[in-house]
Amino acid sequence: MNSILQVNNASLQFDERVIWQNLDFEVQPGEFIALIGANGSGKSMFLKSVLAQQKLTAGSINFLGSKVRRGSTDIGYIPQHRSLDAQLPLTVFDAVRLGLDGHRFGLPLTGAKTKALVTEALIQVEADQLALKPLGELSGGEMQRVRVAQALISKPKLILADEPLSALDLNHQQVVSELIANQAKKQGAAVIFVTHDLNPVSDYVDRVLYLAKGRYSIGTTEEVMRFVLFKQKTAYEIDVVRNQGRIVVLGAHDHDHHDDEEWA
Amino acid sequence: MDFSDVFNFSDYDRLIPLVANSLWAGVLLALVGGLIGVFVMNRELSFAVHGISELSFAGAAIFLLFGLDVVFGSVVGSLTAALIIAVLGDRSKDRNSIVAVLMPFGLGIGILALALYPGRAANKFGLLTGQIVAVDDPKLASLAVISAIVLVSMVVIWRPLLFATLDSEVAAARGVNTRVLGIVFVMLLGLAVAAAVQVVGALLVLALLVTPAASALRLSKSQLWVPVLSVAFAFVAMIGGILLALGGGLPISPYVTTISFLIYLIARGISFIRGKLEVSK
Repeated sequence: MNSILQVNNASLQFDERVIWQNLDFEVQPGEFIALIGANGSGKSMFLKSVLAQQKLTAGSINFLGSKVRRGSTDIGYIPQHRSLDAQLPLTVFDAVRLGLDGHRFGLPLTGAKTKALVTEALIQVEADQLALKPLGELSGGEMQRVRVAQALISKPKLILADEPLSALDLNHQQVVSELIANQAKKQGAAVIFVTHDLNPVSDYVDRVLYLAKGRYSIGTTEEVMRFVLFKQKTAYEIDVVRNQGRIVVLGAHDHDHHDDEEWA
Repeated sequence: MDFSDVFNFSDYDRLIPLVANSLWAGVLLALVGGLIGVFVMNRELSFAVHGISELSFAGAAIFLLFGLDVVFGSVVGSLTAALIIAVLGDRSKDRNSIVAVLMPFGLGIGILALALYPGRAANKFGLLTGQIVAVDDPKLASLAVISAIVLVSMVVIWRPLLFATLDSEVAAARGVNTRVLGIVFVMLLGLAVAAAVQVVGALLVLALLVTPAASALRLSKSQLWVPVLSVAFAFVAMIGGILLALGGGLPISPYVTTISFLIYLIARGISFIRGKLEVSK
């Protein structure tokens, strides 16, 4: 099977600061990859590079056989939950349809075909009964469901989820993880899932990608944990802990966008 | 003061034709202001509107002083302010401080230009507080051109702008150039402000570009009904204001702003009662 994403010796550096270096791996169709790393390890920057919003210092990233470009509808993006402005005059239906054609100029007029696609996407995330609810009235868990539907509606080959579980309670972390993993599997889409807690996704993870101070490791959870332990012994830096089967990244509870912006 | 100074409807039939141009201008402004207002609210640009209008006033006053076209001066001032705000004020915190710095500067320059202007005083204060018979044919023509540019552009960028306003990260991932779109929108806002300054005056632009949309958002969350209601409210305020002002021969602004404000109060009242009813259900 042909891989859908090829990362070829990709490096990212801001002035003297190396974010990551010589990343070299491929992602297979339908594969679920958990991306972990401390604050500032460049997790979001990696997603931005795949979206062609961030230029690499060296190397290249290919998606579906050609160099990444902006605005591919074959990539679905799910951001972390932020509460929305309650004033926004948009319903759940409107938000999901923007995932289909929000990038096109014109007015958002809705025909029968669009309506059917939006309804289908909402049913997939079990949110069809929310369709006419204003976005401002949704709970965090409901909002993330809507974002999953928004990302799935264009039938992407790759889903990039940037800490989609942050600010959710444990129950909703499970629900949203399951939703993303199952729907991606159904559509044959690969997932790169940024998280600081491997637990909610442990049942779905095929490989873990771990970024740390310019170094990285990719492999099964066990392989990556061996790398983590080795690194911690040599560098006295503990950024990932395993406690009674639970693997958690330390100091990554805050979103790392802000750090990333400072370097940019 | 006699009450008939404020409301006086004698000779009304003979007065209406005199303000035909103002009425047409009012219709255009209601359409432009009502639509633009929806995004002004959602992109938290209310304060920026005020800043742009003061610079628009300065531009108009300077052009008036040098005997040039006032509408054109207004547009130059507006677009300058819009560009500064759009480029420097990417984040809402930066934007507020930039607007706060620009606003008194614009107002000061404008007042200086007016003080130096040798013409009639009524012309001067029209720019700040609006005036009823200020709209002559060439002015109406330029208002129509400005309005057409704003309306057509808004229809073109509506969907991606909505996407970028909802979630700029997701929109950017889909290839929406959120930064360029944000700048384009503020420039269109600048044009709308320049048009509104001609009729309601720089100090009262908010009553047309913000209040109607704010009222509409109290009543609906539908992406169809909010713009429709917003335009309708702006229309009632503008046309109602002009017709009432006609009686007293006073500036139209107090009438427009009062109607606009009353609509807002009613909208708040309705949304409050609705909330109560929902809780008691």
